[in-house]
Amino acid sequence: MSEQDKAVARSAETRADEAALTPAVDVFEDAGGITLYADLPGVPKDKLSLQVEAETLTIEGEIVQELPEGMEATHAEIALPRYRRVFTLSKELDTEKVSARFDKGVLELRIPKAEHLQPRRIEVKVE
Amino acid sequence: MRYRSLFPRDLFAELDRLQRQAQQTLDATPSIRGWNYGAYPAMNVGTTPQSVEVYAFAPGVDPAAVEVQIEKGVLTIAGERKPVAPAEKAAVHIDERFAGRFRRVVTLPDDVDANAAAARYRDGVLHISIPRREAVQPRRIAIE
Repeated sequence: MSEQDKAVARSAETRADEAALTPAVDVFEDAGGITLYADLPGVPKDKLSLQVEAETLTIEGEIVQELPEGMEATHAEIALPRYRRVFTLSKELDTEKVSARFDKGVLELRIPKAEHLQPRRIEVKVE
Repeated sequence: MRYRSLFPRDLFAELDRLQRQAQQTLDATPSIRGWNYGAYPAMNVGTTPQSVEVYAFAPGVDPAAVEVQIEKGVLTIAGERKPVAPAEKAAVHIDERFAGRFRRVVTLPDDVDANAAAARYRDGVLHISIPRREAVQPRRIAIE
């Protein structure tokens, strides 16, 4: 196997390892910040990972299920065991104050805007 | 409405989905219940010699308000997921999550014992386990 073939095989391998479902999300923005909801059914609390690094928000979750021994899948719509979704945040958001709730497979994330950037009404003058 | 959580990010998985969709289009005799890939809740079905296992991925519903019914060999899961109301004067940037009434139907094998079915809801997944009747379970026959 040539070096190139090896590299191709390796990248295919990591891709298979990392293959993930993209969870559906809702994102709302009000004056105080951003609220995100994500559907992550099958993920227990301890298998949910939220990461904010620089301006990137990564949501990852691993599906844990009790499958009876010897079960044969006959129909699968959720065919991968994990979810992943990455968002780029913008700089007015205060990533230090992110709060999260996770209940019945639904993640609720609140990312407030930085204090000094709270809304100010701008007067429009008509001359 | 399509439930987009099922779109795998992975390119190979995406191609696989396209291929399956193409196959579905070309299939001259599709299932009478159509092609439900992408519906809410997403479903996985598996079988063991003792039971049929159905997993419905239904995040954010009140399990008490979900109706699970087995009638004439058909399993029906129905309910409603209420939409989340954004705060007043909020901008909606992304709106992908399913909201509203849902109903999904699965045909079960003939040998299941509907009276012994059990359902549990955990982490947003409804797991229904339906045992098969004992008479049809594989039995080892001793040779004398």
